[in-house]
Amino acid sequence: MKRRDFLKGSILAIAGASVPLSALEFVDPNEVLAANPDIHWAFLINTYKCVGCGFCVKACKTENDIPFNANVSRTWVERYVYTKDDRRYVDSPKAAQYGFTDPRVDLGEHFGMKEIDPDNVGKAFFVPKLCNHCEDPPCTQVCPVGATYKTDDGVVLVDRTWCIGCGYCIMACPFGARYFHPIAKVADKCTFCYHRITKGLETACVNACPFGARKMCNIRDINDPVTKIILNERVGVLKDEFGTKPQAFYIGLASEVR
Amino acid sequence: MVDQAAQLIVHGEAWTVKELFVLPNEYIYWSIQIVMYPFMTGLVAGAFVLSSLYHVFGVKQLKEIARFALVFSFALLPVAMMPLLLHLQQPFRGINVMMTPHFTSAISAFGIVFMTYGFIVASEIWFEYRVHFVKTVRSLEAKPDRSGFDGTWLLLYKLLTLGAMDLSREAVEKDHKAVKKLATLGIPIACFLHGYAGFIFGSVKANALWMTPLMPVIFICSAVVSGIALCIFCYVATMELRKFMAKRKISRWASDPSAPSVEALQSAEQQEIKIVSNYLLYFMIAAITLEILDMIFRGYTQVKSWDILREVIMERDFTKIFILQYAIGNVLPFLLMVLPGRTVRRTVIASALVLFGVFMMRWNVVIGGQAFSLSFSGFMHYHLPIIPHGWETFKEGFFGALTVMITPFVLFWAFNKVTPAFLKEDEAY
Amino acid sequence: MKNHVWRPLFVVIAVVVGILAFRAFYVPDDFGSGEYGFMYSFHRKSNEGEWKNWPLKYRDTGKQKMHEYCGECHEEVELRTEDLHGIIPCENCHGPALEHPENPEKLSIDRSRGLCLRCHTLLPYTTSERKRIPGIMPDEHNVEYNCVECHNPHNPRLEDM
Repeated sequence: MKRRDFLKGSILAIAGASVPLSALEFVDPNEVLAANPDIHWAFLINTYKCVGCGFCVKACKTENDIPFNANVSRTWVERYVYTKDDRRYVDSPKAAQYGFTDPRVDLGEHFGMKEIDPDNVGKAFFVPKLCNHCEDPPCTQVCPVGATYKTDDGVVLVDRTWCIGCGYCIMACPFGARYFHPIAKVADKCTFCYHRITKGLETACVNACPFGARKMCNIRDINDPVTKIILNERVGVLKDEFGTKPQAFYIGLASEVR
Repeated sequence: MVDQAAQLIVHGEAWTVKELFVLPNEYIYWSIQIVMYPFMTGLVAGAFVLSSLYHVFGVKQLKEIARFALVFSFALLPVAMMPLLLHLQQPFRGINVMMTPHFTSAISAFGIVFMTYGFIVASEIWFEYRVHFVKTVRSLEAKPDRSGFDGTWLLLYKLLTLGAMDLSREAVEKDHKAVKKLATLGIPIACFLHGYAGFIFGSVKANALWMTPLMPVIFICSAVVSGIALCIFCYVATMELRKFMAKRKISRWASDPSAPSVEALQSAEQQEIKIVSNYLLYFMIAAITLEILDMIFRGYTQVKSWDILREVIMERDFTKIFILQYAIGNVLPFLLMVLPGRTVRRTVIASALVLFGVFMMRWNVVIGGQAFSLSFSGFMHYHLPIIPHGWETFKEGFFGALTVMITPFVLFWAFNKVTPAFLKEDEAY
Repeated sequence: MKNHVWRPLFVVIAVVVGILAFRAFYVPDDFGSGEYGFMYSFHRKSNEGEWKNWPLKYRDTGKQKMHEYCGECHEEVELRTEDLHGIIPCENCHGPALEHPENPEKLSIDRSRGLCLRCHTLLPYTTSERKRIPGIMPDEHNVEYNCVECHNPHNPRLEDM
């Protein structure tokens, strides 16, 4: 083969091989569907609808016995306030378990409460967060003893009798979803209310949200209205650059939401 | 909005102060004990490598310090496990790491590597001291009036010989060969013992400061540095003590006519330190090169995390990184040893500074990596608990760390009674 | 005399065998990998069942079903079901009611300002649904009173009061 033909052929081959790679988006629910048609849980959050009432956090803590007087939570809501003079303020007072009852933004002990002039507010919205139950969860990868794992239907759980409390999974989670349970003294996180969804009930947070900002679905069920939204509308995920393939999808994420 | 019960302080909350926006579940979970752990395993690995320099590479001048380093490495080994047990929320389940090791996790390597390394060092010590064990058994057996105390020692030494009482030249030759083989095998294992600790941090993609492929190599180099520095420090300390005893003819050992003289001890000390400190320099250069390289890359590529990392490295932790770790812990000892007229005293001071520098490096990696939030919009400040208010603030506080620091010396003192670091007779090659 | 060099190895083997023997009875039999392989789903299988058996506290899905269910006994409560407070599940304010009225016999009634302030703190965020909720300044509007002393929480329309 002449050198030119060889080069041409190589370029064609490389171009051809790179096409399917580029077609793989950061999240491809269709690919997930194509695998075996079982149950696979996914979550949908609409940040346009969230008003920051915090009922989801309250319901989650009540349902799952997470003490109210402990500063950890399986789910939380973040408030983002952008001012017209190009500043960004974010807070989540006590994980929003009491909602946002102060128009001032909490900047911590050192900087205190920030007063924001209502006329100066550009855009402002709320972002509920929880464990994303990723497809490739780095937290289960780093557990040294096999205490945390992903179930066949896609939920990531922690075995409370086996966890040694090393905290590696907590450090490995890019989303900050995990923490040490103050009473059980093991790692803990959102379980997608596994005890509820496997009985056909909704999770505590989905149940509690009056505004329909939180929804859950079986992404393998193409007749589920929430599945249809995820498959047909533009949804995003958090921190996609880590390659964990989160299964909590968001409508209305701004790029500055981390 | 009523807080019914008193605040329930979660793990990490007692020593974390949050600033600006930090996620609700973020605290400094990996605190002082996780700083101690790589520091202690680094000393273990470093001490072993130093010992192997003699046994494997035949650097004859290192013979004295080699045996010392070996015993000290063994005394450090159980201590390496202490910070982990003190840190775990469920320490009694610690064996789960060996029962169901999840090999995709770097921490699971702990069980296998630790045990393998322990076996190698224990075996090497056995071969090194077998003659001593046998001779002690013989002398105790020959003793006419054995006390109960002596009886216990006799039993212990008998067990330690594992029944191998042959002291012929061929048998001893076999011992030496075995030591050499084990020392050779042990070097990569010792590197692994500490390299995996570097991998634990370097592979966490969620942490912008830790995630770098250089981390395992940086850890290994600084581990060897710390091991050598510790051995220099302890060797000189012990030699000074022996010289003191030899001069005043104190203790049974010193008043024995065949005990070495002060002059002999002095010259041995100078010889050993001269050679060892060169190796210290080589590894220091390697360690600092890698760390600077990592920092240059970060500052050049400026990925998403650069803004917050720059503020942590250049502003908040500037003193801890550039003054304490680099200037006092690296540059100053380097100069002390490189400038002409290197004395034993200067080398000892340099070694102490190096140990401090290595400790600060562990601190800046572990605590520094948790100094910023995953949100890249907030900071966390670590207050090391000094006065303990309970079990948790003790074990994860200053006194917990101090306990870990002191224990190897206690163990070394105990081991020295059975496997003396300095033997009277000379098992010459 | 046999080669004594192997003796430490025998000790090592004995220790390893001991650990493996202990492991055989310490590790539960159902420990293994799931659908997602060794990396992501290495675990004790029976733990899944344990999480499924976590006690339920909140009642049921769907706000509509909840109001229908609660309304069967509590007919006197007039709720605006289309919008406004009708969209809030009863349990949000009254606590979990799975086995009510057996257990607990009486649900809690939270009359504090904090409950209402969750939504009704005036936050001037026009790019969120929050803009649709009328609000007050918490430290200016009738600070000595609880909201429910003037406002009916089930039917907040002032015209109906």
